[in-house]
Amino acid sequence: MATEPTGGEEAATGLPQLDFSTFPNQIFWLLVTLVVIYLILDRIALPRIASVLAERQGTITNDIAAAEELKMKAAEAEKAYEKALADARAEAQEIAAKARAEIQEDLDAAIAKADAEIAARSAESEKKIAEIREGADAAVVEVAKDTAAALVAALGGTGSAAAIESAVERKTKG
Amino acid sequence: MDQFVPAPLFGGDVIHWWTPTNVTLWMAIAVLSIAALFVLGTRGRAVVPTRTQSVAELMYGFIYKMVEDVAGKDAVKFFPYIFTLFLFILFANFLALIPMSFSTTSHLAVTGVMALAVFLTVIIVGFVKHGVGFLKLFWLTSAPPVMRPVLAVLEFILFFARPVSHSVRLFGAIMAGHAVVKVFAGFAQITAAAPLAIVGVTAIYGLEMLVAGIQAYVFTILTCVYLKDALHPHH
Amino acid sequence: MEGDIAAMGQFIGAGLAAIGSGAAAIGVGHVAGNFLAGALRNPSAAGGQTATLFIGIAFAEALGIFAFLVALLLMFAV
Repeated sequence: MATEPTGGEEAATGLPQLDFSTFPNQIFWLLVTLVVIYLILDRIALPRIASVLAERQGTITNDIAAAEELKMKAAEAEKAYEKALADARAEAQEIAAKARAEIQEDLDAAIAKADAEIAARSAESEKKIAEIREGADAAVVEVAKDTAAALVAALGGTGSAAAIESAVERKTKG
Repeated sequence: MDQFVPAPLFGGDVIHWWTPTNVTLWMAIAVLSIAALFVLGTRGRAVVPTRTQSVAELMYGFIYKMVEDVAGKDAVKFFPYIFTLFLFILFANFLALIPMSFSTTSHLAVTGVMALAVFLTVIIVGFVKHGVGFLKLFWLTSAPPVMRPVLAVLEFILFFARPVSHSVRLFGAIMAGHAVVKVFAGFAQITAAAPLAIVGVTAIYGLEMLVAGIQAYVFTILTCVYLKDALHPHH
Repeated sequence: MEGDIAAMGQFIGAGLAAIGSGAAAIGVGHVAGNFLAGALRNPSAAGGQTATLFIGIAFAEALGIFAFLVALLLMFAV
């Protein structure tokens, strides 16, 4: 500051930044400040942030792994579901087939039974018809015998009962 | 220029090295702001961060990545040191933009000490890690052999110009910016020019916000570049 | 009178030194402009080069800062 531009007092014109009398003060307080900031950061803030970031990274990794696992589980569950579905479908088919077979069997049995019954009934009926027919034949013979006897009597003939009978029998059988 | 004059806080004219001055006050405010952001803001240790905590984490991640990318993986142990410088410059720059505040980073003493600290760190780390091999920094093997001595002299001069440019850049940017704001504000005394002056002050203030961030960033990234020279002098 | 002439010399010298700041501005503009031109050609590579951009700007600016320093010294320290 040998020649002041305007020759005035130093503080008014000189640059405050080049006023070396304040340097020790500024440097001292700067060093204090920097050391304090450094200690705050190094001891408290940075480890904390680093741990938080690491924790977050870990959480994210874990979550991704968990998601992967869940996805795998979901795939497994889907597979199991599909298997169960296929099983169920097969079982249903089996059951249906069995039911169908049973029904068929029942039906067959019922039909057979019905057929047998029908056959029995028709046999019986035939037998009855035959009986009736036989009965009727016998009755006819009887009636013929009676009629013949009555006719013979009415005509004034006399014939032995045995002769009439044999004659009627001859006629009816012929 | 009286906005740059350090003055004792509690009266008196003499500034001893221990006198609490407005320098002390605004540096203390910077420390408190940093503590508020980085200690109070992160006290939740939340995995899902709150707004304040995510600001702190963003700054951490930003500088951490810068140190790792620019200076190399082995520079990570200098990270707290670099982060301290970055935060101090950033907070001091922004606090200096508060009207009536004192801009600590507009002082050559402050920026000079920080630049010298970086310079000395680089030299010490370089010689401790590489011994005399650190001097290979000045011997460019990629240049033609004839040019090497000349380049070595140039590199040597440039090396010693580093702390100068490193400190004067920050000091000059902040001081010039504040002086320009002051000049524009001075125009507001003229009634006719007052609206223009107010618009000008607003515009320059916005520019100063940008400069405050960029200067902190540039100081930090240059610190990383210099540190890379110390750790890997072979280019 | 002699002091006035010396002061005038200081002011003129400081003003001339301040031209250096303008030269640094040209340099910084060159760096930033070329970065932008390159970045527009290959935008995907631009993101990784911002650090290099700032380092380049810082080096260009450093020389302007020396001019500024010379101006300051002439104005206030000589």
